[in-house]
Amino acid sequence: MQRKLISFLGRRRNWTIPYVLFLVFFVLVPMSLIVFYAFTNAEGSFTFANIQKFWIHPEAMNTFLYSVVVALITTLLCILIGYPAAYILSKMESRNAKLLVILFILPMWINFLIRTLATVALFDFFKIPLGEGALIFGMVYNFLPFMIYPIYNILQKTDQNLIEAAQDLGANPRQVFLKTVFPLSIPGITSGVIMVFMPVISTFAIAELLTINNIKLFGTTLQENIYNGTWNYGAALSLVMLLLIGITALLNGEGSSRAAEEGNLI
Amino acid sequence: MVRISDIITINHLSHTFGDKTVLQDINLSIGKGEFVTILGPSGCGKTTLMRLIAGFLKASEGKISIAGQDMTTTPPHLRPVNTVFQKYALFPHLNVFQNIAFGLNLKKLPKEEIQKKVKQVLKIVIMTDYEERDVDSLSGGQQQRVAIARAIINEPEVLLLDEPLAALDHKMRKDMQMEIKAMHKKLNITFVYITHDQEEALTLSDRIVVMSQGVIQQIGTPTEIYNEPKNSFVADFIGESNILNGVMIHDELVEFAGHRFDCVDKGFALNEPVEVVIRPEDIYIFEMSDAAHFSGQVTSSIFKGVHYEMMVTTPEGFEFMIQDYRSFEPGHTVGLRVKPFDIQVMKKERHCNTFKGTIIDKTHVRFLGTNFECSDTKNLANGTTVNVKVEFRNVNLQDNQEDGMLSGVVSFILYKGNHYHLTILTENNEHVFVDSNDVWDDADCVGISISPKNIQIEIL
Repeated sequence: MQRKLISFLGRRRNWTIPYVLFLVFFVLVPMSLIVFYAFTNAEGSFTFANIQKFWIHPEAMNTFLYSVVVALITTLLCILIGYPAAYILSKMESRNAKLLVILFILPMWINFLIRTLATVALFDFFKIPLGEGALIFGMVYNFLPFMIYPIYNILQKTDQNLIEAAQDLGANPRQVFLKTVFPLSIPGITSGVIMVFMPVISTFAIAELLTINNIKLFGTTLQENIYNGTWNYGAALSLVMLLLIGITALLNGEGSSRAAEEGNLI
Repeated sequence: MVRISDIITINHLSHTFGDKTVLQDINLSIGKGEFVTILGPSGCGKTTLMRLIAGFLKASEGKISIAGQDMTTTPPHLRPVNTVFQKYALFPHLNVFQNIAFGLNLKKLPKEEIQKKVKQVLKIVIMTDYEERDVDSLSGGQQQRVAIARAIINEPEVLLLDEPLAALDHKMRKDMQMEIKAMHKKLNITFVYITHDQEEALTLSDRIVVMSQGVIQQIGTPTEIYNEPKNSFVADFIGESNILNGVMIHDELVEFAGHRFDCVDKGFALNEPVEVVIRPEDIYIFEMSDAAHFSGQVTSSIFKGVHYEMMVTTPEGFEFMIQDYRSFEPGHTVGLRVKPFDIQVMKKERHCNTFKGTIIDKTHVRFLGTNFECSDTKNLANGTTVNVKVEFRNVNLQDNQEDGMLSGVVSFILYKGNHYHLTILTENNEHVFVDSNDVWDDADCVGISISPKNIQIEIL
């Protein structure tokens, strides 16, 4: 019996079993359930009604579009704020830069709900009304580190030889940046976009807290449906969101795979 | 080589990184259209010199003029110089065409003209029809060609090549050498070629600049450098050589390895100690006969393709490397002969270690940052500045750094037939020269000690 156990553990292939089980029960089965629920009605018979409802129902559609716009604005702001930050960090002496990077990332160690509650308290303290502006602020505040880090990472690894080669071929500092540094850092931006854009669409807690439930994002709609027991419709909405995420990932396909190769995804 | 005008003039150029001097008082002028190679072992400062010419570094001291203009502080993008980088440095986000057109695009040339020029240079580097290829998909040799094309398309006054062939295999390197030489002829621009490969330097260059430890050791044509090395470093670095200590009895007569030889060198003092260089292919080896100047016993014979490389030990205890197309078996006694013309006599750079020192007390003197016990301080007052002399033979080296009075690293080894002449770099960046019969390796960490009776004090 003991010998059997030892020989079982001795085969390296068997070590994968726990992970396979994990993938099956926590990824494959739930995903199949989402698809199953999305295409069935409450009685369990096959139907397209849930998907149709999403297309027809203006409220869900509007929330969806609104979420995409919020996600786009957030991502854009993160790039606009994050890129210069990452660039400055990459130019700094590495010891100082590392410290600053840690400072940028430090908030991520605190649960984002607590951080968002603190933001609400801060807005209250300064008597700034909560709402759309607060929502965007909260989003950018929460997701900025996810943009800075991959861009910093790739900028810091930029081959100094390439910059010198560009200078050598006649590029002035501005041209060096536009023709080499920036294009070479695009995989880092892609990485950052993937880590900001998609999570923002499905976030609901930030929206709830920072707009006192006045603004609904797609994540909120999803949560409400599941919460209210309309599982089939909720599953259909989830499926739509998954598709969107899938499409973004595919569009970024080449870039993201290159970014992943270079280890920029945290 | 007739020089119409100098394209690069370097005056008293020095460069330091922190407190480390990497280039010291470099003076060099390079003629228009010349092919100059800067040759030296790694760490000799040749790459720093190249980076100063390209403008990637700002010189600590001195002046660089390119094409008649002072460019000491000009940023790289404004210099009429293009570089072929050691690791090619091709832009991975651009294809072959875009890489090559990079410089012309910056100059905003019309599209058709760029296209025409790219086609032309691709033809020169024999890469026609590769325009659309991704640079990552090219082999090392092809990447090298693209790198060269990218540089020469800008028609620079000077093309800098930083060890461009270092990453290629032997056969490929040979082919590329010939191509680079042909390109130089065709383009008629100045090539400054950086390498540590002496064979490459001899093959390619109009002139060679040999560097070591941040200093130019010799400038000359390949034949000058090979046949008339200025010092033992150059002789040792370029090709194989037998380097021995000798004494110039009088003009045209030199004594080394226990024999006197006729030579062609003049202008030395009577009985002046010198260094003698004989190339291994310049020693005639034959069955023992009356024609022999001296004799020896073969200790090893290795086939090297074109010739055999034999080590021969003379009865006086000197070892010679000899190359000949005939092989003599180890153990065989052979006759040896050297023609006067093939003996190259060099002035000795130094006869003995000389350090600046200070008297500490009756029995101690301080030099090399260490207090040494000394038998005879000549009753000088404490704090007197003196010259300290130590013969090469009298410096002892220990395996354990802790056993020595101070420690150092072996930085250069020269075999002199019956002993090694070592250059030791001490902790505080000073050189100590040592004659030793023991075998040490480059970069060995050693302890240095000197016995009290061997420290000679010289009053300034």
